[in-house]
Amino acid sequence: MTELTMGKALNAGLHRALADDPSVLVMGEDVGTLGGVFRITDGLLSAYGPSRVIDTPLAESGIVGTAVGLAFRGFRPVVEMQFDGFVYPAFDQIVCQVAKFHYRTRGAVRMPLTVRVPWAGGVGAAEHHSESPEAYFVHTSGLRVVAVSNPADAYVMLRQAIACDDPVIFFEPKRLYHAKGEVDLDVDLADAAPMGLARVVRTGRDATIVTYGAQVATALEAATAAEDDGLSLEVIDLRSLSPIDLDTVAASVRRTGRMVVTHEAAAEAGVGAEVIAAITERCFHHLEAAPVRVTGHDIPYPPAKLERHHLPDLDRILDAVDRVLDRPHSLSEVTP
Amino acid sequence: MTYPPSTAMGPTTDMGQVSRLITAEGERVSDPALEGWVADVDNALLADLYRDMVRTRRLDAEGVALQRQGQLGLWAPCQGQEAVQVGTARALRESDFVFPSYRESGVQLVRGATPTQLIQVWRGEEQSMGDPFARGTAGPQIIIGAQTLHAVGYAMGIQRTPAAEGARCDEVAVTYFGDGASSQGDVSEAMVFAASYGAPVVFVCSNNQWAISEPVTVQSRTPLADRAPAFGIPSMRVDGNDVLACYGAMRWALERARSGAGPAYIEAVTYRMGPHTTADDPTRYRDAAEVEVWRARDPLARVQTLLQARGALGDALAADIAADADRLAAEVRAVCLGYRTRDPLSVFDEVYAEPHSGLERQRRAYAAYLDGFEEEAR
Ligand SMILES: Cc1ncc(C[n+]2csc(CCOP(=O)(O)OP(=O)(O)O)c2C)c(N)n1
Repeated sequence: MTELTMGKALNAGLHRALADDPSVLVMGEDVGTLGGVFRITDGLLSAYGPSRVIDTPLAESGIVGTAVGLAFRGFRPVVEMQFDGFVYPAFDQIVCQVAKFHYRTRGAVRMPLTVRVPWAGGVGAAEHHSESPEAYFVHTSGLRVVAVSNPADAYVMLRQAIACDDPVIFFEPKRLYHAKGEVDLDVDLADAAPMGLARVVRTGRDATIVTYGAQVATALEAATAAEDDGLSLEVIDLRSLSPIDLDTVAASVRRTGRMVVTHEAAAEAGVGAEVIAAITERCFHHLEAAPVRVTGHDIPYPPAKLERHHLPDLDRILDAVDRVLDRPHSLSEVTP
Repeated sequence: MTYPPSTAMGPTTDMGQVSRLITAEGERVSDPALEGWVADVDNALLADLYRDMVRTRRLDAEGVALQRQGQLGLWAPCQGQEAVQVGTARALRESDFVFPSYRESGVQLVRGATPTQLIQVWRGEEQSMGDPFARGTAGPQIIIGAQTLHAVGYAMGIQRTPAAEGARCDEVAVTYFGDGASSQGDVSEAMVFAASYGAPVVFVCSNNQWAISEPVTVQSRTPLADRAPAFGIPSMRVDGNDVLACYGAMRWALERARSGAGPAYIEAVTYRMGPHTTADDPTRYRDAAEVEVWRARDPLARVQTLLQARGALGDALAADIAADADRLAAEVRAVCLGYRTRDPLSVFDEVYAEPHSGLERQRRAYAAYLDGFEEEAR
């Protein structure tokens, strides 16, 4: 075990993937000499050379579109979108081309592409640098979507994403790039939890909090705080947003009977809506109360000085817990 | 330095500034830029090119007819564009890789697509033409311009492919797109990537004057071939209705790319004689007189005249070519009428390369639903 920041864990994962498989390429804006604006690709250029670590023109559709051609040729491109808000110019290539080539050609063409997206808010960034676009990609069949929440997962799941024969949209919470954790650098992928599995990060009896990404830490804080109140909350890190591991969530909700889903992204037609709909279909008779979402507001991401009002914090989560537990001091009696 | 504004073009592109080897009257003329690239083309090869153009036209007519008879959902006619499609595709090697748009039936034919493959997409049975690696040709691309990036990425892959015994890997990626597509950001991005990395890719722009109802003047005030040099890509502007010129230009472009000199761009000035697709009514937006001007520039007629003048298209050969085309059409019709739609549950197949629990759940649910009908029928 080695203690690493998530940024360093991702860097180690890329090093390992490049070393293990000569068909792996890293491409994106500033990923070479600079090592990426977050230094996630630091040192890769000197280790693997410019033919495998490619500084691209500033053209996101171009980056993903050429990666499609490289995948055609048998490569496994790992592309970096510099920030979440800049994945939109590549949206067409991702949803119309990357997601569909395997289907369209009935399996003849594989798209083992990994699109890394430094993701979401909480870092006081400028406009277009704190977006949570995951639902757009979850809604697109043919893509896999994952979101990491800690260095150990970051290291393993990035390698799994690169090894996967399907395209993976890989969300990395910027807020956690400097968060530290233990990483087993020698872990065998065959022994690691599959990329599509959720994880119960804290067990509890009274309600289940379902979340992913940086919000996992906030949910854990809420669970710790609730303990003082005599409440036992279970916290599930989805890890994968497509597919969603409904079995793990359903097993938890069957025990607790109550569920809160929280994410930074807006509520409307988001991942939380999907989780609640799917769990309600499966576990209706186990639910003691209507599940509740705690999300970013349905607004464009606000200016940095106001973002703390947008990001669901510990108190908003606990407020929702009060609601699903039907506790009297809930602040929000009224369904929004 | 300041640049003068471009001179306005008429509704169709000026044909005075194109390289040409066979005139509309079927006369063989010389062009200094192209001559060297066709020096070895004899009457037999010219007749072969003509044969493929005739087959393409016959295929196209059959496609339109099958659509009109309700057998195909749609067809994108390529009548008038046979010379650019056949001329450029015939210059390729088997190992080269093509990323076409939806209008390149002639390219697909030359690249070995079977009658089944040629109709399955338009019949709505499949979304592509089978395994692209089997023919070194991707299926039709519907998103305008997207395929140009795929070709450049593929070419970047060629650059990264270790060649046997130290020789350079000399395959080339080729992409076809229209004049309308030239306005898409992806096409500009493709040229940036191609030029920046010196990728072995050839851009073939079939300027057929119209993007559905929009004339090329809405896309560009300058000849499209002029754009490529601004990206650092040399270009050639050829008569797209002259198969020999297209063949020669493609050889120039391929040789450049093959030898490691980087990308090249061809603007083939041609005309779409039919509707944009079978769902389109071109009389709403273009003049019958304009169509007649282009009918006089027919790409097949001029080769036929030239071959006849040379005594290289006797009655027997002409009859053989016609029979060949008819055979193709009959095969296309037969496979079309005999097509059996695949099993309904196959819609869930090949969405992912690896198991996906969410989709598997849906598949099981729909299978159970379908089974319910069978039980009812029992
Ligand atoms: C991105 C995109 N926008 C619009 C369309 C609808 N559309 C299909 S063909 C076409 C015109 C394309 O013209 P051009 O590139 O000149 O090719 P041509 O059809 O003339 O061969 C349009 C607008 C599309 N398929 N893709």
